[in-house]
Amino acid sequence: MDWMKIVSAGALVLMLVVLIPRAKDVFANTPRASGSDWQAAILPIVVVMGFVAFLLFSR
Amino acid sequence: MSGTVISPRQEAAALASNKVIRNTYTLLAMTLLFSALTGAVSMTMGIGSGASMVMSLAALGLIWLVLPRTANSAAGIGVVFAITGLLGASLGPMLNTYLKLPNGTELVMTALGGTGVIFLGLSAYALSTKRDFSFMGGFLFVGMLVVLGASLLNIFLEMPLLQLMIPAAVVMLMSGFILMDTSRMINGGDTNYVMMTVSLYLNIFNIFISLLQLLGARRD
Repeated sequence: MDWMKIVSAGALVLMLVVLIPRAKDVFANTPRASGSDWQAAILPIVVVMGFVAFLLFSR
Repeated sequence: MSGTVISPRQEAAALASNKVIRNTYTLLAMTLLFSALTGAVSMTMGIGSGASMVMSLAALGLIWLVLPRTANSAAGIGVVFAITGLLGASLGPMLNTYLKLPNGTELVMTALGGTGVIFLGLSAYALSTKRDFSFMGGFLFVGMLVVLGASLLNIFLEMPLLQLMIPAAVVMLMSGFILMDTSRMINGGDTNYVMMTVSLYLNIFNIFISLLQLLGARRD
């Protein structure tokens, strides 16, 4: 295994170590959302995925 | 005639929010240009993958260790340019690899244009609806952890399907982060334009890399 894979894996482990406590904190303090809030957030992301699919398959 | 009465406090909050938005987008535009410049320099110099990784790690170190301490001072702007310059330069070897492919220029330009369209579209949506997307925070962070875990596994497993699924998931997550970060800026959740600029820059950077990977994989 080359050294770049080991360094990449180390960097990812470090990111996980840093992000897990922050994710717990964010998860605990996230405000509750209504159905319409989720709809308003998911709609543009679905449009983005459609756009990415268009870029991929139109070439 | 009925009209909405705006208190001086609300007016001050709106003015402060507008100032953060203006400063963030100005700094973001400057850092994107600077990043493109350092990327072009590293491509011309033909730096290797090892140097690219060292620059990415240095940028990560600046984001975690230096930026939080300098974000409220003038030095923070210098740190933002250092981070974005390093990340731009780290793209050199990757871009050179893609540009060497037949139709490589078209592939890179498609990824660049696609990233621009996604960022501008989502920002316009968040700015025009003025909704608060902070409720997505928990979901996006958990998604990010899952993607990081999958990326770690795939370093050793090298599964082609996972290599396609990870960039697709990153595009979705970064799109969510753009909505959340922009709404935080509008609704006064974050008043530090230095931190906002780095957040938005990282969203754009990750979308660009993921689109390049997806388009490159599709070509193969």
